[in-house]
Amino acid sequence: MSSRRSGSRQSGASRITDDQIADLVSKLQRLIPELRGRRSDKVNASKVLQETCNYIRNLHREVEGLSDRLSQLLASTDTDNEQAAILRSLLM
Amino acid sequence: MNNPHHMNPRSLKSRFTTRFLRALTKIRAQKPISSSSPTEIFRRYRKIKVAADKSMAYSVRSRKTWSRAMLWKLRSRSHRRRPVKTKFRQSVMKNTKTTTTTGEDGVGFGVEASELRELVPGGEAMDLCNLLDETAHYIKCLTTQVQVMKKIADFYSL
Repeated sequence: MSSRRSGSRQSGASRITDDQIADLVSKLQRLIPELRGRRSDKVNASKVLQETCNYIRNLHREVEGLSDRLSQLLASTDTDNEQAAILRSLLM
Repeated sequence: MNNPHHMNPRSLKSRFTTRFLRALTKIRAQKPISSSSPTEIFRRYRKIKVAADKSMAYSVRSRKTWSRAMLWKLRSRSHRRRPVKTKFRQSVMKNTKTTTTTGEDGVGFGVEASELRELVPGGEAMDLCNLLDETAHYIKCLTTQVQVMKKIADFYSL
């Protein structure tokens, strides 16, 4: 890993260390399905960030797809209070 | 369908679900006569997408930089104001722990980090540490959003 960052403005409490960055990167790694199975020393930070970007883009696309699906579904169903109550109880 | 799991009413998931369902109900109530024309469907799609993002951002409120950025974006869009980047950056930096000079990513993944900054709301104003931390939270929220939206869509597909 590269040497410690120098010349950073310190607010007393935190100077960013390589360990801190490494911890945050491995925390991210655990969230990404692509990388979850692998041991952290085999995946470098660059790859983690790259996969994170891909994962976020996929999630955005999923949200868009679901919004699309919902917009079509809402067009074909009627407003129903009973339905809403059932739905709420299923989700809560 | 029996659901033995009860959501913690204070959890992010339940806060998002409540808000989003409320928004969906309002959107459905706005149904015009020709509710199946492509234009109407697209308009509704936009409203639903904005409602989903808004519901999530409000469920997190100002506790995170990314949610503050998203709320700011949504508000300035609805007021038809042009967002002023410098003003926003100042207001974000005020509440963010800044420990480095901006523009320096250090440890050698600058390209990926700047790509990430574009994907996470408010990312351009965060230092690397905050960016990584905010990203983790943002991802958790996105997966919750997708999970709930899927359930709702499946329910209405029955």
